[in-house]
Amino acid sequence: MTADLAAAPGRVVVVGAGMVAHRFAEQLCRRDGDWTLTVIGDEPHAPYDRVHLSEVFAGRTAEDLVLDASVWDDPRTTLVTGDRVVSLDRAAQTVTTASGRVEPYDQLVLATGSWAWVPRAEGTDLPGVLRYRTLADLVDLRTWVEGRAAALGRPLRGVVVGGGVLGLEAAAALGTLGVAPTVVEFADRLMAVQLDAGGGEALRVLVTELGMEIRTSTAASRVLAGAEGTVAGLELSDGEVLPADVVVYSTGIRPRDRLAREGGLPVAERGGVVVGPTCRTEDPAVWAIGEVASHDGECAGLVAPGNAMADVVVDRLFGGDKVYSKAADGTKLKGVGVDAAAFGDVLGLTPGALEVTFADPVARTYRKLVVSDDARVLLGGVFVGDIELYSQLRPLLGRPLGADPSAFLAPAGGAAPVQTDLPDDVVLCSCSNVSVGTVRAAVTEHGCRSVGEVKTCTRAGTVCGSCVPLLTKVVNGTLEKAGFTVSNAMCEHFGMPRAELYALVRTEGLRTFSEIVARHGQGRGCAVCKPVVASILSSLGIGHVLQPDQVTLQDTNDRLLGNMQKDGTYSVVPRMPGGEITPDKLLAFAQIADDFGLFTRVTGAQRIGMFGARQDQLPEIWRRLVDAGFESGQAYGKSLRAVKTCIGSTWCRFGVQDSSTMAVRLELRYRGLRAPHKFKVGVSGCARECAEARGKDVGVIATEKGWNVYVGGNGGFTPRHADLLAEDLDDDRLIQVIDRFLALYVRSADRLQRTAPWVASYPGGIDALRRVLVDDADGIGAELEAEVARHVGAYVDEWRATLEDPEMLRRFTPYVNAPDATDTDLSYVPVRGQARPARPDEQGYPDLLSARAAGTEEER
Amino acid sequence: MSTVPAEGVRVCAVDDLLPECGTGALVGEDRVALFRLASDEVLAVQQRDPYSGANVLSRGIVGDVAGAPTITSPLLKQVWDLRTGACLDPVGKDPVDLRVYRVVVDGEDVRVLP
Repeated sequence: MTADLAAAPGRVVVVGAGMVAHRFAEQLCRRDGDWTLTVIGDEPHAPYDRVHLSEVFAGRTAEDLVLDASVWDDPRTTLVTGDRVVSLDRAAQTVTTASGRVEPYDQLVLATGSWAWVPRAEGTDLPGVLRYRTLADLVDLRTWVEGRAAALGRPLRGVVVGGGVLGLEAAAALGTLGVAPTVVEFADRLMAVQLDAGGGEALRVLVTELGMEIRTSTAASRVLAGAEGTVAGLELSDGEVLPADVVVYSTGIRPRDRLAREGGLPVAERGGVVVGPTCRTEDPAVWAIGEVASHDGECAGLVAPGNAMADVVVDRLFGGDKVYSKAADGTKLKGVGVDAAAFGDVLGLTPGALEVTFADPVARTYRKLVVSDDARVLLGGVFVGDIELYSQLRPLLGRPLGADPSAFLAPAGGAAPVQTDLPDDVVLCSCSNVSVGTVRAAVTEHGCRSVGEVKTCTRAGTVCGSCVPLLTKVVNGTLEKAGFTVSNAMCEHFGMPRAELYALVRTEGLRTFSEIVARHGQGRGCAVCKPVVASILSSLGIGHVLQPDQVTLQDTNDRLLGNMQKDGTYSVVPRMPGGEITPDKLLAFAQIADDFGLFTRVTGAQRIGMFGARQDQLPEIWRRLVDAGFESGQAYGKSLRAVKTCIGSTWCRFGVQDSSTMAVRLELRYRGLRAPHKFKVGVSGCARECAEARGKDVGVIATEKGWNVYVGGNGGFTPRHADLLAEDLDDDRLIQVIDRFLALYVRSADRLQRTAPWVASYPGGIDALRRVLVDDADGIGAELEAEVARHVGAYVDEWRATLEDPEMLRRFTPYVNAPDATDTDLSYVPVRGQARPARPDEQGYPDLLSARAAGTEEER
Repeated sequence: MSTVPAEGVRVCAVDDLLPECGTGALVGEDRVALFRLASDEVLAVQQRDPYSGANVLSRGIVGDVAGAPTITSPLLKQVWDLRTGACLDPVGKDPVDLRVYRVVVDGEDVRVLP
């Protein structure tokens, strides 16, 4: 029989037109031989990407989700949509559809998938009780919510029953539609099937911050109707009633096996068509793939195993001997705005399994690895908040980890010793079932030269996308091994790194982007190279960053001299050297914040910031600040931010030097100096180090004899203590060493390279740097000092200069043709006596002042 | 969906637009980001950044990718083709394209059409 198949599968009919049916068609089309294919689905659409369904709410259309439709252009294929197969006659080898179409088959493939199961409970048939599984479900949801919102004229409340992956996606979708969602979950945690208790708790914290209310260990007992006969609330098992204008059930899926059942094929106890490892049913002419197929009593609920089954059946139809084996499942939460992913034995149920957990409640991350009793073999992993390791480690499931498990979980920045020499047979992309070997072969045998080309060639990374970081690593590694240079070009416009370009601009005295790109690059630049050129020109003292040929180069924050916030408004942070502020200036500051309703807080850099200034308000706010004696704090620039200090010997009984005066001197010296990245300075008045100077790019710590200076420290994402560069310097010598350090950093660091990695990778390390900067072994000390001196001499306050130039001020007008119009999409809600931007699920007020007033009103 | 009248709306003079520097405009009720290229061609796309929902695209950096003029979101750095609105670099997200508006430069006048 197998021999017959090898020659001619004949008429192949697939019942169901989902993702797995599409995969089957795609694989079949690659085969020659005598066959025709008819795929029959009851949804009105061609097979679409159900994994990314929620993106419909982010602006993607139904058409965008349709999977590669070129397979239906193949003359051997026929796609029937909007018609359901209602009966199967195995004796006659035909299926019949609801519209009366009778389709004879030689080989029948059942790929009917599953349906969203809703528990039997009172009220689940009420209008406004919906599901979340198909495109039609999403359209129903949107239509219902928009209709009710219009009818009720108030923000809606919604409840999602089920806190699994789809339930959370549904809750996020409700949020997008402006409905405040509550999630009710029967188990004691979210994503109970995939996560352990710690991961579930971490996820609860994160989604609560997004505005979801979470109720776990609670059952939904019935849906209550309102006066209009539509849903009005949900009663929980403890009797509490949650008011709700919409209820979405996401309580699991059940295989759609009715056709097989009625056709007399064996069906598993928990549902699903019984198949063996070949995916063939009891009837040799009938196969089942995807969520409807039951292997060893279990149905898969993901696309990856379904795709693997489709591949097995196509192979078998042509005489192959592929078998399906349950592969490692991994699950990643998508479209919710929170990262969570897990794979393998998440609960550590394997005998002797060890768990290594790293939970950081501050950074809101939870990471756990499950390993074998000798801590060598990877058995599973749970990642919440930071899932970078997920795609790197999932392919290693069941294999040696190659390093101590805790090394992988070290806080971000502890470079994970992930081996890149993965064995060829490791599955890199489980959705499309592509191995590392296939990816390597795409480069070495099929001529692919980029990640994009490898994606197209192998389909790796094209379904859920979670393996793309690893894919990139493998592709680049293979390219390098094959002798292709993985370029160190900045971007497509400049073929050299920043330091080289800096040297060229400096030695040739170039002054404009057009000149620079004409001589050393090509095209019109991009968001990578333009800010680099802007920063180089500014470091070399070309003048104001907003002059006409410079403004177009500036990155987001430099463009309007403020840090752009998530809603497109800006923060306003004036300089406060030494963290000092007179009561007079504080009063003026407070008055401005109050008049504009700006959200005001003390920043981490010992100054006061105001948030929420619209672009059109910035000039007036700054005019008043400048009039009150303030200047730009350059909190927006890749430049000196602030010099943090303690009070020092002027007041402190422990202080040995006047750290405050030194801090003010340093801040006024280096203010406005543009560099490859932002940099911070700290000055402590004694060894107690209250200013935390060793966490700064330049740290100065007082000694009995003078100052010690440390360089290359960092807080933030990759904390690093600064290295000692020189000891017991007097004031002027300290300035000289810092001048040289900063000038050399500006000259030679790469784009967006902080001083910490620059110092760490300096050839010869801190000792070599000390010879150049402190001992002036290369004789470039004077030159470096001159560069800083020129900057200090030319310094002007950017904001004062902007306010004096009508041409620059014009750029703060939001609409060229409606100078007085403001952005009506801005929306704010009260918070602790001030106002913050409303989340998408919140009804807010159109400006800060009215939101703040409403908050004050509420408190009364 | 668009509130831009079919015959278009004059929004400004060409010289009101700094080359390679985005400018916001209000056309009907549509918020539009206008860009004058180095060649003096004027292009327009929606002002709203689809990834953040904020009206900020005119404040992004104008550049080119393989010769096609582009805009980069000032918030999360996604890149779009200014002529077609196609998302060229979704920065790890799923691509969402921009709505593009037709622009006619009539002597000194810049008119935006739906």
